[in-house]
Amino acid sequence: MTEPRRAPETPTMEMTSNKEVLRRIEYTGDMLLNMGPQHPSTHGVINFLVQTDGEVMKRAIPEVGYLHRSIEKIGERCTYNGFMPYTDRVDYIAAMFANQGWAMAVERLLGLQVPRRAEFCRVIACELNRISSHLISVGTMAMDIGAVTPFPYALREREFINDLLEELCGARLTYNYLRIGGVAFDLPSGYEDKVSTFLDHFEKILDEFNRLITYNEIFIKRLAHLAPIPAQMAIDYCLVGPNLRASGMSFDVRKALPYSVYPDFEFDVPVGKGEVGTPGDAWDRFWCRVEEMRQSCRILRQALAQLPKDTAIMGKVPRKIKIPEGTEAYSRIESARGDMQYYVVAGPGENAHRVKIRTGSFTAMGIIDALSRGLMIADLVALIASLDVVAPEIDR
Amino acid sequence: MTPEQIHSALAAKFGESVGALQPPNKDPWVEVKAPALREVCAFLKSDPELHFDCLMNLSTVDWPKKNQIHVVYHLFSYEKRHAFVLKVLLDRAAPALASVEPVWKSADWLEREQYDLMGVQFDGHPDLRRIMLPDDWVGHPLRKDYAEQADYHHISTTRESPLDGFVRLDEMTKRAAAAAAEEKTKSAPPAAAPTTQAAAATGAETPAPKTELPQ
Repeated sequence: MTEPRRAPETPTMEMTSNKEVLRRIEYTGDMLLNMGPQHPSTHGVINFLVQTDGEVMKRAIPEVGYLHRSIEKIGERCTYNGFMPYTDRVDYIAAMFANQGWAMAVERLLGLQVPRRAEFCRVIACELNRISSHLISVGTMAMDIGAVTPFPYALREREFINDLLEELCGARLTYNYLRIGGVAFDLPSGYEDKVSTFLDHFEKILDEFNRLITYNEIFIKRLAHLAPIPAQMAIDYCLVGPNLRASGMSFDVRKALPYSVYPDFEFDVPVGKGEVGTPGDAWDRFWCRVEEMRQSCRILRQALAQLPKDTAIMGKVPRKIKIPEGTEAYSRIESARGDMQYYVVAGPGENAHRVKIRTGSFTAMGIIDALSRGLMIADLVALIASLDVVAPEIDR
Repeated sequence: MTPEQIHSALAAKFGESVGALQPPNKDPWVEVKAPALREVCAFLKSDPELHFDCLMNLSTVDWPKKNQIHVVYHLFSYEKRHAFVLKVLLDRAAPALASVEPVWKSADWLEREQYDLMGVQFDGHPDLRRIMLPDDWVGHPLRKDYAEQADYHHISTTRESPLDGFVRLDEMTKRAAAAAAEEKTKSAPPAAAPTTQAAAATGAETPAPKTELPQ
């Protein structure tokens, strides 16, 4: 047995404890509640320290870190290829995007060209994954505020996508489908037909879903005007993806800083207009996700139509990836939860010196403290759900 | 604006506090001296030509060889659609610099994360405490020389491998056979050897010695 590793005797810096936080909230006779970390509607293991006066919150302080697995440190120990399955675990609802961010960062370090067919495979897999991720998001959001019916509807559609992705790469949740320089498998025969059959079915379901919940009178009354985020505030707190677009900011990495083969496709960027309430409210964020699913369907149809006939799915990747020490690369992709960014510094050997993953959920959590002041406790649940935070993506 | 233009605007305003543009990298970056960081960031945000309204990412890189910790700021402007990278090079023993939380609110959590995992002190941060790890955790895990504490509140952070001392079944059989053979050569009198040879010569099969498998 190896010698147990010892920590340094003296801590390097003075620590602030949780009690300190409680002390900072001055005593006013308010109640202090712990919401979580096992609360069913916090979307994973997150704790909220809620200071309330009856039903009205004065403040909710998010406490995260329960799912911290130090994926960034693991990235420093693994080879570039070996880190790919770990990136699945960054965001298990939308694992394909975390794969793509990592692949693109290392391809940028290597200056690698990805074959066109592989790029199409990536786009098809990613857009299917975006739909399935948004289905979970809108389904759970409806359930969190009390509408149980839409959730099974959303999950039923997600099952079809899970089946499709399982056929593509053998996994239903943590795909590990992308490789540095390409993809692991080509599309199976007859896959295009299966996806387009699904799309024919799903576009009708989207209209049904809108009738069922999005434009439901009770649902609108519940969410309109709830926790609106002005565009300036959203940018200041670095909100990304659908949360940013719901605030009226038309920014999509696929459009603004095109990557992969997205410039070849025509699609719109849904922007929140405050159709039923204030621009940037919780309903706008919900609506943005529903509309994005429709746009993903459009992209998928074009990708299937334009799919190149050549067969190469892997670029020329060296067997041992070695990059001069200190070279840096930055990749930005539009994940289901928005702008996902990888910052990679190459190390001396076959692994990275530093991997930093900036995810959408992390910055979205940072805004909750500011937004929660004066909200009802029940609205906090709707706010968390509308920001679509996923606990493993916050903590990594 | 291109990185070159942004750099020349910065160099004109701040002179020696801003280093040269480092173009060999894929994303060019500029070194900023730690004391001038807050002013540089405030200028980058408020200047109407530059208008960096978003701090996208804040990362730190530990370089034990250079005895430095680099703090990397990835800035982006939604209005102008341009990006820029700032770096502050700090001493590894006592990394401290001014917080940019008053400039960009997103720095609040991003700086807390780097304080927690890398141990960089951000002066002027409103609520600088650990974010991922428990408040009484010792050390900063993303440092290259980090050693995990042996236990945390009497919960061991390491565990014995259940496979330690594990022997495969075929290996066990092999070892048992070898032990039995050794036993036999020790105990059997040398006189017995000719009879076996004789039996072999006549073609009669001697039954294989039964070796007992260890339970």
